[in-house]
Amino acid sequence: MKDQQLQDKVVGDRMNRVDGRLKVTGAAKYSAEYELPGLVHGALVGSTIAKGRITSLDTKAAERAPGVLAVITHLNSPKVPGFAAKSNPDEPPAIGQPLRVFHDEKVYFNDQPIALVVANTLEQARYAARLVKAQYAADEHRTDFEANKQRGFLPTQAKRNPKSAQNDYDRGQKNGYQTAPVKLEAEYVHTSEMHNPMELQSIIAHWEAPDRLTVYDKVQAVKGTQRAFAKDWGLPEENVKVIATFVGGAFGNGLHNWPHETAAIIAAKKLNRPVKLVLTREQMFTMVGYRPYTWQRIGMGATKDGKLVGITHESVGQTSSYEEFTESTLQQTRMMYTSPNVSTRYRILGLDISTPIWMRGPGEATGAFALESAMDEMAHLLNLDPMEFRLRNYTDVDPDNNKPWSTKFLKECYQLGAERIGWNKRQMKPGSLRDGDWFVGYGMGVGTFGANRGTAKARAVLQADGTVVLQSATTDIGPGTGTVMVQIAADALGMPPEKIRFELGNSTFPTAPSQGGSATVNTVGSAVLEACTALKGKLQQLGGAAFASAKPEDLTLAGGQLSLASNAGTKVSLADLRKQNNGQDIDVTVEAKPGNERQKYSMYSFSVHFAEVRVHAMTGEVRVSKMVSCADAGTIVNHKTAGSQMIGGAVGGIGMALTEGAVMDHRFGRYVTKDLADYHVPVHADAPAIEVAFVDKPDFIVDPLGTKGIGEIAIIGVAPAIANAIFNATGKRIRELPITPDKLMA
Amino acid sequence: MNQFQYLRPTKQQAAIEALARTPNAQFIAGGTNLLDLMKRGVLEPPRLIDINRLPLGKIERDNGRLRIGALALNGAVAEDKQVLERQPLLAQALNAGASAQLRNMATVGGNMLQRTRCSYFYDTAMPCNKREPGSGCGALEGYNRMHAIFGFSDKCIAVHPSDMSVALVALDATVLISGPKGDRRLPFADLHRLPGDTPQKDTNLEPGELITAVEIPDGPFTKNVHYLKVRERASYAFALVSVAAALSLDGNTIKDARLAMGGVAHKPWRLAEAEKSLIGKPATEATFRQAADIAMQGAKAFKHNSYKLRMAPNSIIQALKNAASVA
Repeated sequence: MKDQQLQDKVVGDRMNRVDGRLKVTGAAKYSAEYELPGLVHGALVGSTIAKGRITSLDTKAAERAPGVLAVITHLNSPKVPGFAAKSNPDEPPAIGQPLRVFHDEKVYFNDQPIALVVANTLEQARYAARLVKAQYAADEHRTDFEANKQRGFLPTQAKRNPKSAQNDYDRGQKNGYQTAPVKLEAEYVHTSEMHNPMELQSIIAHWEAPDRLTVYDKVQAVKGTQRAFAKDWGLPEENVKVIATFVGGAFGNGLHNWPHETAAIIAAKKLNRPVKLVLTREQMFTMVGYRPYTWQRIGMGATKDGKLVGITHESVGQTSSYEEFTESTLQQTRMMYTSPNVSTRYRILGLDISTPIWMRGPGEATGAFALESAMDEMAHLLNLDPMEFRLRNYTDVDPDNNKPWSTKFLKECYQLGAERIGWNKRQMKPGSLRDGDWFVGYGMGVGTFGANRGTAKARAVLQADGTVVLQSATTDIGPGTGTVMVQIAADALGMPPEKIRFELGNSTFPTAPSQGGSATVNTVGSAVLEACTALKGKLQQLGGAAFASAKPEDLTLAGGQLSLASNAGTKVSLADLRKQNNGQDIDVTVEAKPGNERQKYSMYSFSVHFAEVRVHAMTGEVRVSKMVSCADAGTIVNHKTAGSQMIGGAVGGIGMALTEGAVMDHRFGRYVTKDLADYHVPVHADAPAIEVAFVDKPDFIVDPLGTKGIGEIAIIGVAPAIANAIFNATGKRIRELPITPDKLMA
Repeated sequence: MNQFQYLRPTKQQAAIEALARTPNAQFIAGGTNLLDLMKRGVLEPPRLIDINRLPLGKIERDNGRLRIGALALNGAVAEDKQVLERQPLLAQALNAGASAQLRNMATVGGNMLQRTRCSYFYDTAMPCNKREPGSGCGALEGYNRMHAIFGFSDKCIAVHPSDMSVALVALDATVLISGPKGDRRLPFADLHRLPGDTPQKDTNLEPGELITAVEIPDGPFTKNVHYLKVRERASYAFALVSVAAALSLDGNTIKDARLAMGGVAHKPWRLAEAEKSLIGKPATEATFRQAADIAMQGAKAFKHNSYKLRMAPNSIIQALKNAASVA
């Protein structure tokens, strides 16, 4: 709810998306939609073995096919200067060597790009791609996680850095849960979930000069991509321009630069023409990352009156043979509940499969499935209401480091959600509620994610027409970044939002981090706020003596003039301000960065998800009939876009819980589910009424806007809420996602 | 996909002749399956004969039979007044299939001729006897969660994916066929075949033959019918198991019954023995359970589809209960 005192503020409004009209009318331009003179089309050929060497490549038929301009392989690819380097420091999560496309004859995973056919039309390229024939010397591959999980190892970054959170962790007594009067031990499996945003991964690569590269690329980090390609090609960063004005969903898969991007750049170099490369839906399953297969084991102990004695949480996550992908699967187990003894063990397992990447939530969502399922299992053992069990172990300081929370309103979330779902209808005894042929059950799951803030720059320009343009090199993968930035600026400048434009997705704009880790509003919003404050300061200066003693919030910009809210008579026209500024646009760029608050406080967003499910007594089908998601995410800048973000997270969580899971045939090391007919994302009919409630209390320790971040907590905790509800409905505890009817029939 | 010649005849005879002239040529109507197969390189027809201009879209009742033209759209058939009145089971089955967009493109003829959705059939880098005879069955020792429990061979364990076909086989439909050797009628139950040693052949159609219509005789199954489709999401998914159930009741006594299953065999799976066991019995769960036991005789599961041995009989019981409105 909007604070009464903020009635005249734009922050908090349910403002419509500033780019909504562009998106629904098709006017918004996505990476593959730029028309450049001489543009040609690429199609990738994938390997059909999982490990080994290419011994020969027959490209003749493809080269002769109509419209084909080139077939690029490791045999004829222009050398990428950066490929000589051993590793790519722009990839902090993945120690190792990102796949060097067309670098040599080695095959590291099935469907690895081994050739790129470039032709005048997309159809010609795709047809000719089918004509490329490869011979291999196959090595024995290892793709079966379950058969190899004992080979899990401590990530190199943990070995190198004793302070890394990936290291083994023991608080209190190691495996202290074993001493508790009530114990449980359980294993949980998360099957790989594949990135399938609506927009396929696509790039147009254009060498505007031999040393100047422009890419229209579907990425979440325009500056990171600029750095990566500049390094690959030995160019000054400013010679590489990355455009990602609109991104049609990404969920994390745009946080890494993938082989297809470099393949397109290589082809554009070789042909000296702009090359467009759009992956096929099938290639989305093998070439651009996924939420990795993860095995987890939890040991949990409690007293009979429901106080946690200890939690041991181990996990093994899948990675590739050539890069070490890691994520934060276990952190929440260290900080969510008071437990004197906590042990965590994090391992990764390299397989002959492509490298995973973060998928919304990322590791925290995987970890929460195990932790929050185990909490439900323990509550059942103790014959306690699962919410009551969580409340008995609620903690007002971070037990991991004994720091106070910057803010924590999780109890408020519990209350809001319990009321709205009708938690009082939940029966303690599983299988007690029925609606005709369907069992009905209720479940909850908690989510948390670090309230992160990074460093970002923003530029604010007051133009001659009295409008303000803001720029920052962030991206908007869907949450409505441009919209909330305009709202923040409108309040900061005392201007109507219609007079403000926010531009993003361009590497020539002031530096900002990738859109990821729920940190964009905290980071870029703070920079926008500071840029607007700086712009006002400059106007105040230019306005002269009449404004010298005014407070910034008293300054308003409207009707082509600067005036005082408290005294409308004090005013100066924009034209005069410009005259004072040598006739130039009034232009400021600032850098905003966090202070030392992280040393004093522990900062997290929190959420709780409640699910009501129906499980068919005869067929095992599961339908989520209602969901309520409540979040403590600090200030809510826009209740409409934030609400949509929460709903999107809940739908993603339904997929994680019930339908999404990639299956591989390990004889071939090749996925058998690799299109949207075999790999099921939820459809509209799977998404019930989803209610969202925000606590909406600011956290000014995290950042001056009071925001904490929403993107991840929208999904973290959803899957266990549904799994717990299924248990409550049926008495069946399914510990392997997705929970499909076959598992409930077993 | 490959380059192909595209013809759009307006005369049925011309279409049939055009197909006969070119080996591996294909008719195309809605294209909702064929285009996928071409894009994936599973099929590379050198010639496509678009039959959408042929006058085969009518739905009419004649002489105690409902005749549905092969080009009638799935969506239109499901909403047709006569279909809803006379053969509501067919409407239910159609609406259980695909999505509204696909139902508005897909035709009745194309629906019954759609190819299996077995992942091995779709991936040209995997073995599949149906796609490439002699290459082996990938699913047999591979991932076979969606696969057959009846009527399979060691050459192929794929299932026929159509929902509509399950209703048509239950309703004793007849397929009207036109070909180079003239017209013929084929019981719908004989249209699809079991894989045996030649899984590349889905149907008993002869080369060059065109399905022109399907006929369903009027029957007593206008009220107590149910098409049950079990799947892991609420819409737009192929059946794990489906059941078409139709009952003719006199009070609580079953006078006549039709029962068929989808998602269990290489063809829509009519359950004649189970039907017989229902006749003359009271419409109770015990009766239905007995029919389900009979229906499941001979079922055999593979590594990943043993759940079907429970899901299938449960679904039969549930579908019959829903058809009879037994609580």
